[in-house]
Amino acid sequence: MTNELIQIQDGKVNFGLFDEVAVAPQGGCGGGCGCASESAGDSGTPANFIPLTAVAQHNKLELADVRSELNAKNGPEYWRSLNELAQKPEFEAMVNREFPGGAPASWQGVSRRNFLRLMGASLAMAGLAGCVRQPEERIFPYVKQPEDLIPGSALFFASAHNWNGYGRGVLVESHMGRPTKIEGNPDHPSSLGATDAITQAALLTMYDPERSQSVTKNGENSDWSAFMGEANALVANLKATRGAGLRILTETVTSPTLASQLALLQRQLPEARWHAWEPAGFDNSRIGARQAFGSESSVNYRFSTADVIVSLDSNFLMDEPGSVRFAREYADGRRVRTRSGQTKMNRLYTFESTPNITGANADHNWPVRAGEIAGVVRALAAKLGVAPAASVLPATVDTKAIDAIASDLQAARGRSVVIAGNNQPAEVHALVLAINSALGNIGQTVLVTEAVEATPADSLQSLKNLVADMNAGRVDTLVVVGSNPVYTAPADLKFLDAFKKVGTRIRLGLYNDETSNWCHWHLPQSHFLEEWSDVRAHDGTASIVQPLIEPLYATVSVHQLFSVLTGLGSRDDYNIVRDYWKTRAAGLGGANFETWWRKALNDGVIAGTQAKPKSVSVGSLSLQPSAPVVSGLEITFHADPYIRDGRDANNGWLQELPRPMTKITWDNAALLSVNTARKLNLNNYEMVKLTVGGRSLEIPVWIMPGQPDDSVAVHLGYGRTRVGKVGEGTGFDTYTLRSSNNLWFAGEAKIEKTNGKLFTLAITQEHHRLDTNIPGSPASAQKRGEGGKGDTMDSFHDRDIIRVLTLEELKKKAAGAHDSHGGGHGDEHGKPAADAHGEDHGDKGHAEEGHGEKEGHGGGHHAHPNLMPPVWPSDRRGIDANGVPEYDPKPEGYNGNPVPAWGMAIDLNTCIGCNACTTACQSENNISIVGKDEVIRGREMHWMRIDRYYRGDVSNPESYHQPVACMHCEKAPCEPVCPVAATAHSAEGINEMTYNRCVGTKYCSNNCAYKVRRFNYLQYSQQDTVSLQMMANPDVTVRSRGVMEKCTFCIQRINEVRVQAEKEKRPIRDGELKTACQQVCPTNAIIFGNVADKKSAVYAAKAEPHNYGLLEELNTLPRTTYLAKLRNPNPALKA
Amino acid sequence: MVSPAPNPNHETPSESEAKRPWPGDWRSHFRTTPQDIDPSREHDVIASDHTYESLTKHIGDLAMRRPVSLGWLVTIMGSLSLLGLMVISVLMVLLKGVGVWGINQPVAWGFDIINFVWWIGIGHAGTLISAILLLLHQNWRTSINRFAEAMTIFAVCCAGMYPLLHINRHQYAYWMLLLPNSMGLWPQFRSPLEWDVFAISTYFSVSALFWFVGLVPDLAALRDRATNPLVRRLYALGSLGWRNSALHWHRYMALYLILAGISTPLVLSVHSIISYDFAYSQVPGWHVTIFPPYFVAGAVFAGFAFVLLLAIPMRALFHLKDVITMKHLENCAKVMLATGLIVVYGYAMEVFFGWYSATKYEHYLTFETRMQGPYAWSYWALIFCNGLAPQILWFKKFRNHIPTLFIVSLIVSVGMWLERFVIIVLSLHRDYLPSSWGMYYPTFWDCALYAGTFGLFMTLFLLFCRVLPVIAIAEMRELIHHKLHTQHALHGGDHHDHGHGHKEVKH
Repeated sequence: MTNELIQIQDGKVNFGLFDEVAVAPQGGCGGGCGCASESAGDSGTPANFIPLTAVAQHNKLELADVRSELNAKNGPEYWRSLNELAQKPEFEAMVNREFPGGAPASWQGVSRRNFLRLMGASLAMAGLAGCVRQPEERIFPYVKQPEDLIPGSALFFASAHNWNGYGRGVLVESHMGRPTKIEGNPDHPSSLGATDAITQAALLTMYDPERSQSVTKNGENSDWSAFMGEANALVANLKATRGAGLRILTETVTSPTLASQLALLQRQLPEARWHAWEPAGFDNSRIGARQAFGSESSVNYRFSTADVIVSLDSNFLMDEPGSVRFAREYADGRRVRTRSGQTKMNRLYTFESTPNITGANADHNWPVRAGEIAGVVRALAAKLGVAPAASVLPATVDTKAIDAIASDLQAARGRSVVIAGNNQPAEVHALVLAINSALGNIGQTVLVTEAVEATPADSLQSLKNLVADMNAGRVDTLVVVGSNPVYTAPADLKFLDAFKKVGTRIRLGLYNDETSNWCHWHLPQSHFLEEWSDVRAHDGTASIVQPLIEPLYATVSVHQLFSVLTGLGSRDDYNIVRDYWKTRAAGLGGANFETWWRKALNDGVIAGTQAKPKSVSVGSLSLQPSAPVVSGLEITFHADPYIRDGRDANNGWLQELPRPMTKITWDNAALLSVNTARKLNLNNYEMVKLTVGGRSLEIPVWIMPGQPDDSVAVHLGYGRTRVGKVGEGTGFDTYTLRSSNNLWFAGEAKIEKTNGKLFTLAITQEHHRLDTNIPGSPASAQKRGEGGKGDTMDSFHDRDIIRVLTLEELKKKAAGAHDSHGGGHGDEHGKPAADAHGEDHGDKGHAEEGHGEKEGHGGGHHAHPNLMPPVWPSDRRGIDANGVPEYDPKPEGYNGNPVPAWGMAIDLNTCIGCNACTTACQSENNISIVGKDEVIRGREMHWMRIDRYYRGDVSNPESYHQPVACMHCEKAPCEPVCPVAATAHSAEGINEMTYNRCVGTKYCSNNCAYKVRRFNYLQYSQQDTVSLQMMANPDVTVRSRGVMEKCTFCIQRINEVRVQAEKEKRPIRDGELKTACQQVCPTNAIIFGNVADKKSAVYAAKAEPHNYGLLEELNTLPRTTYLAKLRNPNPALKA
Repeated sequence: MVSPAPNPNHETPSESEAKRPWPGDWRSHFRTTPQDIDPSREHDVIASDHTYESLTKHIGDLAMRRPVSLGWLVTIMGSLSLLGLMVISVLMVLLKGVGVWGINQPVAWGFDIINFVWWIGIGHAGTLISAILLLLHQNWRTSINRFAEAMTIFAVCCAGMYPLLHINRHQYAYWMLLLPNSMGLWPQFRSPLEWDVFAISTYFSVSALFWFVGLVPDLAALRDRATNPLVRRLYALGSLGWRNSALHWHRYMALYLILAGISTPLVLSVHSIISYDFAYSQVPGWHVTIFPPYFVAGAVFAGFAFVLLLAIPMRALFHLKDVITMKHLENCAKVMLATGLIVVYGYAMEVFFGWYSATKYEHYLTFETRMQGPYAWSYWALIFCNGLAPQILWFKKFRNHIPTLFIVSLIVSVGMWLERFVIIVLSLHRDYLPSSWGMYYPTFWDCALYAGTFGLFMTLFLLFCRVLPVIAIAEMRELIHHKLHTQHALHGGDHHDHGHGHKEVKH
């Protein structure tokens, strides 16, 4: 990098602190690293310029020499000497020796925390040479023009995040050229304004100081121009052989520009082959669609109009390219508002091979081994008349259930969805499509379109072919783009052995990882926030990927690489992407390309690019059971919910994000059902040797209520050996058990004990799982002398935490409530005691104004005088007829407008427990990660957590998710106990934390019934890592050691709109303001606003009869309330 | 500016005194044998053959004449090592943060507050003995009050360190003081932690003052007996020009009584206020109205156990069996038994209200978390230590059996530590939302700091034994006075006899 810069600036670059003139054509330093460039300088001559060619001849410079040279100098002289030194090629060579490959692999002894500090130092050195350059290309903000750039106010730019090859539209918040937060793009079909946790965390990957920072050749530092030299020669040679021996290996590609580049390459070099490998991809559904319809097609779903949904091992709320949208549509079909007559709910049936959030949200769930799902599908197909032969059902599913589902589906023809999981064999997918076709769903709720992927190839077959060719010596040059096959390829392919036989191995990747380790050339890839590209959504809609920042490191984009490989030289990605669309804009209604381009960038989607619908019919299907027959103990493989196939392993936000069902962080584990664990005499944390197909792995056990018996589930993506200090050493590499014959599940697995070795997993909930008192734990069952089925568990411990109602019960309650108010029955509580188990929790302990006052008055006036007069303008004055607190409208806020009373309602019925809010909150509020050891101690910092509870039979319990953040209690127990008044109430009803004032007694946390406060026990925030500083949201304080912190209702966002409202002399409008968790929520489960405003959405939610406050009986008067979880069970399946 | 009258006739130790074996066979110190004490006299508050002279000489020599024994040296070396460990532990906390301890969410208070409450509880006996028993004319308090007060002060030193360390921004601890500051902000007086600041600092200063005032006549006695001019000078500084005049005595007695009056409510208030740290909150197991009396009784209970733990070896090692007699030990045991019963009543009430309140959280805490949870061992150990073990003291035989007393005191000290553990950790680790439940495991640094506080305590106490009179000489002489003049009853407030102190030694 130094060389490049020296060359560009004719050797006059100077990094001194005393120079004032900055004339660097690449722009100054955006990142505040304090460097400036010098003009001709005092001497007037570029005395220190050394031509590149001379570099090699110079002697080695040692660190000791540098020290001795600098030691002699003082003051300004010292700095001048440092500048001079920094310009010497020997210096750069020395830096490369000191920090080879950007991310040194030899610091094994360095702890993770120290490492980040060290990386900060090395980055500072990189900053000496590079700094953050402002992009030269013009990028267009979403709403405002760049000239509106005001320091302190953020701009939003549309872009798209690449999720397993598919785009999810985003709007990226940029503060003075630094992207600081990712939001969903409301115009994007896969996003609709929301995102998932992975997209949120992509920001951290961009700033990851351990991302690969420089080109390496044979492990030694090199540069892009050196690579180009070799690549040009290579391309010239390949031309002669029409590309024979050249192979390209990519991941799933939907990018139109990249596809065109690959097509060009194949035109130029017809003998070259393009392979694609996606370790946790969508092969099965693609092949299934091909089998069903006879041609390549993509299947998309419209859950919004589905009344009955049957999921056959599909975690469609999380694991599909369209999941964010699916979750929205699914939730829209379940949202119940009795006041506005919205009382319809879809019904979800799930069959799951391991507990997932989809099953947790289902009205009926059956744990079924993955290999037995096919039997369920066949039975269903037979019942619906699609297939003639019935099959044997798994033991856990009885025919009554199939009959009930079938009749439910029949009753909802054209308004139902049957969906199979990506781990199910293609035959299952084909049969499921046949079922959908028979139900008249195709074209209604199941949309079949042209293929969205540019590589509609079977990726496993593609990889197998590549390995075969490599072994046969048919591959001379392999270019691996993004994909990490050395780590992710099925173990039986022995990819690495074959790989080593390739003459020239070139890798483009974000990290210098396992694959790069074995490559001759490693090229650092630009992050999507740094490059120009494009990507298609799950429905085919293309988006331009806009960079938010010039690459932080000397990275290149994939388009640049293919430009070189196609002999076009190192063109920059901006022109490549632009030129591609220039030729197509006209066809998309862009007569004036510039206008069209600006609109495409502005909107974040390119209109008219969605995949075209196909009219299809299901052909004759082979219904022979070609799926592997699973016998013995089954093992199933699943992509990790957050780090997926392992690509995000170095992302601390995702590593520390509790998995939705297991609540495990930083590791994976072998999930076993309670019965299986009992049978094998295993307990949590116990290390076992898991053997399948002759390969074995030691992995800890985690007992998972709801896991099918005789089936062990493992997640992929862990046990990385070369990715960075954050990801290395986390979890266990389950790819070593995976074979290409049984990619997703296999039978005949064996579990052996390993002498009682224990492995500590970092769990954020139920730190006490080893405790024998927890019903359902094997130890407790043994203690009580129980065994077998029928054990029940209740992780609520009989507490009124999550209220559950069936839809019918709610309707009854709602009618009752209306009657009582209308007829003036004095004894009826306004709110139902919403508990399906019949216990009237609602009656208990509502001490004061809570509910007792609602008796017998239809009007909005509370009857009893309050002995404790309100202190703040927003303190409640009583409860109105709808059961919502009333706030006196008289107190005046700014400009004579009433003071808002901020409050939140969380609809548990639509919350799916995906954790996107947790990550969004982490990103918005600069929340630290703390590492595995600290999580084990229970010191995770998430302001918002998703609690998970079980109830019922341990083999198939009901699972509930509940997002919990600060409740902003009107009578907050944390406030009076603070000796220094660091936590206090605002006039708008927010429990505010004044970090500066906090001394760290932790009493507030002890006294918080909801335990939502988080304490900086150690110095968690990385205040000395430059790149992480740049990531921080400038509107939120970065907390240091000793400070208590917690949810603030995103006070910075409130303040921002308040300023605007004050300027315009109006109250803050409802919906003008969204908290970070609310904005990200795919299901709109979080509603925030002014409770005092009776027209607000939050008021409407709180006025619902199934609204309740958590631990209301403590009289904390929480401002955050919950809408009860609703179930819509099939009456025919009542137990 | 009246300078103290120098006394040229410094008494030299008699031959027999000088030859007294030191440290002697340590095992003999723990035996109550007829050779040591005449069984007929062992329940006197002071051996009847003591004269003014012998007493002053006996106590004064402990500080001034006694050579540094090997035992003392070994003990103080051990104490200093522990003190060094404490310094390192404190530095760790200051440099790294309280994260080096095992506290977490939800158990945000652990060893820090447990040990704080434990130490401050120990301190209670001292003030109770000095103040309340003084006001109640319990003359048996006299020979133990001095070291009990010292114990109070040193225990409060150990205790006071914890609140300062347990906050994680140590540099701002002064924000809790009533200091004018640029933030224009007072501390928050609604917080019991703020009350703690006042309670503890008041308690410490009054205790220290009370102790010092009591020392003044004794320091003067030592000053007059000192041979080394430097040592004499130092004692003279401490004795504040005490000349043994009737006026001095008059004012001294008035002041001592006033301080006793001030201290008495403090005995009740300090631990009541510390109990508010818990009772004020809404945590199940903390939100208990019985806490203030229950904490005070517990503190006195623990304090007397600690007095016994100190007195038993001390009376043996320093040959104080003639002034700390079995009567003292037995009385301490009786106080322990009485306060222990109050504590047991507290436990019974907690169980009763766990059931009677019909609050599911209290019920769960009492019957699930405490009795069956992962820390159930600590609850049952507590019931044994504080509930069962002290019941042996109902029997006079055991009250007069020194090994039994020592072991029971040890058990009670452990039990009172467990009580704080049960209250703090067990209540926090499972409160309202099961999702947030967690476990608490102390780390090495938790234990090191706790061990270190013993180092601090023992170092201070051993130094105290070396340089100050461990028994209140003047008050003991008053006892002898009463003994000698029982037929004259009280001398109508004429205190001139007290003034005989250092003159009488010339006899």
